[in-house]
Amino acid sequence: MRWFKKGRWRQSSSLVFQLIETFWGGEGEDLPHSGEKSASLKSLRGKRTLARWKESAVKAFFFANGILAIIVLIGIFGILLSTAIPAFKEIPLAEFAKKTWDPTSPEKAQYGLLSMIVSTLMCTAGALLIAIPLGLGVAAYLSDVAHWRVREIVKPIVEILAGIPSVVTGFLGIVLFGPVIAKIFHTGHGLNAVNGSFLLAIMSLPTIISISEDSLNAVPSAYAEASLALGGSKWQTLVRVKVPAALSGIIASFMLGMGRAIGETMTVLMATGNARSFPHGFLDSIRTMTANIAIELGEVPYYTTHYYALFAIGLVLFIMTFIVNMIADVILNKYQQREL
Amino acid sequence: MDIRPKIETQNLNFYYGTKQALRNISLACADRRVTAIIGPSGCGKSTFIRTLNRMNDVLLRTRTEGEIWLDGENINAPGIDVVELRKRVGMVFQKPNPFPKSIFDNVAYGLRINDGRNRFKIEEVVEKSLIEAALWDEVKDRLKENAFSLSGGQQQRLCIARALAVEPEVILFDEPCSAIDPTATAKIEDLIMKLKKDYTVVIVTHNMQQAARVSDFTAFMMLGDLIEFDKTETIFTNPANKLTEDYITGRFG
Amino acid sequence: MKKKKVVQFIGFFLLRVSLYVVLAILLLFLYDIGRKGGGAISWEFISQPPRRGMTEGGIFPAIMGTFLVTMVTAVLAIPLGMFAAIYLNEYAKQTRLTRIIRLSIRNLSGVPSIVYGLFGVILFVNILKFGTSILSAGLTLGLLTLPWTITASEEALKTIPNSYREGALALGATKWQAIRTNVLPYAIPGMLTGTVLGLARAAGETAPILFTGAAFYLPYLPKSLSDQFMALPYHLYIMATQHHAIQQVRPLAYGTALVLIVLVLGLNMTAIIVRYRMRRKRRW
Repeated sequence: MRWFKKGRWRQSSSLVFQLIETFWGGEGEDLPHSGEKSASLKSLRGKRTLARWKESAVKAFFFANGILAIIVLIGIFGILLSTAIPAFKEIPLAEFAKKTWDPTSPEKAQYGLLSMIVSTLMCTAGALLIAIPLGLGVAAYLSDVAHWRVREIVKPIVEILAGIPSVVTGFLGIVLFGPVIAKIFHTGHGLNAVNGSFLLAIMSLPTIISISEDSLNAVPSAYAEASLALGGSKWQTLVRVKVPAALSGIIASFMLGMGRAIGETMTVLMATGNARSFPHGFLDSIRTMTANIAIELGEVPYYTTHYYALFAIGLVLFIMTFIVNMIADVILNKYQQREL
Repeated sequence: MDIRPKIETQNLNFYYGTKQALRNISLACADRRVTAIIGPSGCGKSTFIRTLNRMNDVLLRTRTEGEIWLDGENINAPGIDVVELRKRVGMVFQKPNPFPKSIFDNVAYGLRINDGRNRFKIEEVVEKSLIEAALWDEVKDRLKENAFSLSGGQQQRLCIARALAVEPEVILFDEPCSAIDPTATAKIEDLIMKLKKDYTVVIVTHNMQQAARVSDFTAFMMLGDLIEFDKTETIFTNPANKLTEDYITGRFG
Repeated sequence: MKKKKVVQFIGFFLLRVSLYVVLAILLLFLYDIGRKGGGAISWEFISQPPRRGMTEGGIFPAIMGTFLVTMVTAVLAIPLGMFAAIYLNEYAKQTRLTRIIRLSIRNLSGVPSIVYGLFGVILFVNILKFGTSILSAGLTLGLLTLPWTITASEEALKTIPNSYREGALALGATKWQAIRTNVLPYAIPGMLTGTVLGLARAAGETAPILFTGAAFYLPYLPKSLSDQFMALPYHLYIMATQHHAIQQVRPLAYGTALVLIVLVLGLNMTAIIVRYRMRRKRRW
């Protein structure tokens, strides 16, 4: 039967055809016309069922891994929610809106989140105030002014900045910037919202720089060329054409930087002084939501109202960053669709 | 004489999303002949040839309607094993696409994934395929070298050898010479004319002289329609359709 | 005309200054830690456990702990990240589900690390009963790293030209054969380098391990994955803020910070350099 296998069978049959061709001549042939369809010897159906089964098994395996991200995200939300539910049952919602957080008070435990939320937002706002001009400046410099070699060198350096562990940044906040801030503002120590804002700015810079730069680079060069051709200077082109055209990407980068700042734990835990009182200014020591979880979860007895309340803070934190990230995502998507 | 169609489409329609790229193409490619498909760029000729081994399946958001008969079996029907199909209908792409492996491993690739682990058989087939692709003499001493060390024309012949090693019945060429120089092109054209002794060849080309030189039958396509199909000689000397005439005389394209 | 030029000069000058400010901050960071930490580094510091209430001795257990926990992280995050990336880049069609997956990945990378810590406490420590251990902490960090490893692996897969896939398919390879033999071998080096970047970040994380297994002080090295461990970032946190003689142990804190930063940035830089080299050497 081996002889019948396709290669040799075809070769010998082609020999026959060649013979026929030499007798009748190749030139006088007609167009191939539609013949009646008879099933061929070698069917394309029904073979390799095992291999096909294996193929779908492989695909199913990768699919399972693919949807893992959804499962983890829902899992995080679900676990936070389910652990926080007892807190919502035991503490009236109005209580959360108050200023004082004092769950271990011997008289009356208090679960006001307002101070923490304000502290988090204050630090974040301060961080963005510093990081936005700085980050946008670096991004614009890299995309429009710098030689490509400078860009090749600076981009990995920005990645290095992103790679510095937050605990190291926090440490430097204590030992390096704290004393400086104390001296400048004449406060006893430099562990306050200013310090935290500054450190968070540094931590959100890489995000802002890289995404803003990407979106500036994605502006079609025709826009810039048109502006330059009309006599605009490079600076005018940058400010009036490129930045507005890339605005959605730039704003998205601010949002993502903001998300990072809201969720950052170690730097604010170490460098903001952790005072529980309501902040009245940037020179006050503050305690953010993240820092509060980090400080108290280690000491709280399991399955107490206090314990559940800490997960409620986590839930609030998760929802806040989720919303910020979703907004960034919507903005980015819009901008990508326009690109297409 | 009557010649048998090897692969034949009937009322073939193809869509990229909502855009129709092929309209009611009915075309029969003769067994052990060269069928050329010519036409201005964007006319759907590459799309057409890629339906013949269902390479378009890998593209997202596409849809194929109609029938494609390979030896009397509709390869567009559900339940068709595309892997078996592609073993029988080989393909050479526009740009030479050797894999970043040795020359030998490139040619052996199809054999190794399909079944044979028999080293002697593989060596035998690799040599035979390289000889068939007129590349053996140039590479026989450097089979272990990376395929990227070959010139563009050699790379394309390597890709032909790689396709031949699987012992297909039909070979599809998708503008095989568009990325290589004229000397190398001549070699590949010679090769195609030799291949038709054993294989059914379908070649897409934007080069009309090439179609005239290598093919027995020529189809002219425009904007997704098959305008005219006839013997190559007829198409180039006495086309029936005005559009064909305008195209081959260079009035557009 | 002249005014235009002046404005442009000032504008570009300010942009340049912003770059210099950022670089200066980074340099200041590295310089301060390098100078003050360098004094604390000795063979003893690296090879010995802490002594006398952590006022003397070294950080060997913390180095080992970070190493072990990062291994667990790698074991979880590398394969899962690669598999998910393979699904997204090779199999997924542009469906709503795929968009939701991508959205989830982007959102996961924005979830605060302390929230991962909370998640790890409940899932790994309590529900799965791994206790506060290397395993729990490593798995928590693994999930935290997942979005980065997926993204990095997908980037690597995207660099493989489509002609490799099509070429293999045209020769009668099944989809999986084409991926296995003609895509993965060329993508895996890039996937690994990208993943190392993620692992480096995980190694420097503190918040997720605070409650899932990191210990204040352990006189011995962990013997199994279910032991608690000391970790460099947590150790630095302790030495910087929780120690009873903070000023006295400053040099040790600086030394710890230096070791941590060398480790993390070393991994980072290796990956960045390797990636850069690969890009230049690539033939396709």
